[in-house]
This record gives sequence, structure tokens and C-alpha cells, in this order.
Amino acid sequence: MSEFFAMDGYALFVWPAYAVTVLLMAWAAIAPWLQHRRLRRAIRRGNR
Amino acid sequence: MNWTWFHKLGSPPHFYRIAGAMIPWFGWPAAVLLFAGLYGGLWLAPPDYQMGDGFRIIYVHVPAAWLSMAAYVALAVSAAVGLIWRMKLAELAARNIAPLGAAFTLLTLVTGSLWGRPMWGTWWEWDARMTSELVLLFLYLGYIALHDAFPERRTGARASAILALVGLVNIPIIHFSVEWWHSLHQGATITKLSAPSIATEMLVPLLVMALGFTAYFTAVVLVRLRVALLESERDTAWVRALGADDV
Repeated sequence: MSEFFAMDGYALFVWPAYAVTVLLMAWAAIAPWLQHRRLRRAIRRGNR
Repeated sequence: MNWTWFHKLGSPPHFYRIAGAMIPWFGWPAAVLLFAGLYGGLWLAPPDYQMGDGFRIIYVHVPAAWLSMAAYVALAVSAAVGLIWRMKLAELAARNIAPLGAAFTLLTLVTGSLWGRPMWGTWWEWDARMTSELVLLFLYLGYIALHDAFPERRTGARASAILALVGLVNIPIIHFSVEWWHSLHQGATITKLSAPSIATEMLVPLLVMALGFTAYFTAVVLVRLRVALLESERDTAWVRALGADDV
């Protein structure tokens, strides 16, 4: 397992590359999804 | 030819509903493909005979790079449709693809830099491949800036559509840069006429990731478009009618 995390000595390059990818893609998907939910709620409130 | 479907697709309430129904069909496959690709790329694929485990950056770098270019083509096509047919939905699509395309271009540059450092001994080189990808980032940012510089949204959409179309010339430049100029960057591995120069166990996770990135991109653009439609049509009857539905 520790061998897996060591990545042949490239850990310092492989893991940051995957980390930025995961963080950016998660944020880019969640942000508009939350925004959509907020908007729909605001629209519903506005109708009352 | 019957174009009713095209006009219908361009109608905001109709598209809002279709997009909402389509999002899970792209979102869930995207999640499955991305996790499978991560597992395959990080665990199943054998280490490279030259780069060891360092080559695994390929599984995020190459799909990001492919998407950075595909997204630009999608942006330019949408902008052109908006320009020619004055289709509001297409204009919104172009504008909403742009930030996501810019994000994947930045991701390509960052992951490429993290790969270049251990393999080439440098974070950055002003060579053709890297410079043309950086130009792509500036095209996205320039498109967004120009689009938003006009007080009237539709004027901005038309002006920036011209920029988007001119910028298309950069896409083949990025792709062929490694053939046309001496480059530090390696040549094409998959998109060439002869068989791909990569082992199948390494190739499959890459294709899975590329498919996953594309499905992810489609789902996110659809969500962004729904938000944009709600915002721009806020005072119309169809949006107010949504208030009755549950989210």
C-alpha cells in the first residue's frame, strides 16, 4: 500500500495532479447545482 | 426538411425541461466512468517502462486537454448558431461553456506542468504545444471578457461570437503543434493513423476517463444552462409557473 502512495518516487507530482483535477471538477459541478436549487427556491418564494 | 424540432429545442421552457431530464443520463454515467477510470489508471494499469508510475498523470492530463479543445469547438459552434439564427439558447450555451472550457484548459496546463517537471526537468517551456494551449486559455478569457463588456447581452453575444470563430484556428494548431514544430512535448499517441502506441491495459483507462470527462462536461453544461435560462427568463410566465413544482 505504501508503495502505491509512493508512486515510484513521483508521489509529489502524481498526487497533486489528481488532487487539483478532483477538486476542480467537484467544485465546477456542485456550484451550479447549488445555484440552481437556490434559484428554484427563490422562484417558489416569489410566487407566494 | 422539417426544422420544427430545432425551433422547439430553442424554446427556453422546452429546453429547460429536456435538459433537466437529460442531466441524470449524463451525470450518473460520468460518475461511474470517472471512478472506474481512476481505479484503472491508478491501480490496474502497469507502470510505464520509462516513466514508472509518473506516467499516471496521463489519465487526468490527456482527458483534460482533449476536453479543453472539444469544449472550444462546442463554444464556437454554439456562438455561430447564435450569430446566424439569433438563437438565444445557443448564445447562452456558448457563454456557459466558456468558464468550464477555461477551467479544463488551466487544468491541462497545471497537470502538464506537474508532469513536465520530473520528466523534462522543467515546469514550463515556451514551445509550440504549451504556448498554443496557453493561447487557448487566453481565447476563453478574452471571449468571456468581450461577451460581458457590453451593457446589452445580445450585442456582447454577437461581438464575442466573431472572436470565438476566429479563435477556432488555434485548435488545429494545438493538435498539430507537435508535428509542425520541434517540441519538447511527445507526439500523438492515440489520434494518429497507425495503431495507438500504447499498451491496451494503459489505453482502456484513458478512453474510460476521456468518456467520463465528456459525459461530466455535458451534464455540467446542462445544469449551467438551466441556471442561465432561469436567470434570463426570470420574469416570464413559464418560470413563475415552475414555482408550483417541487425541486
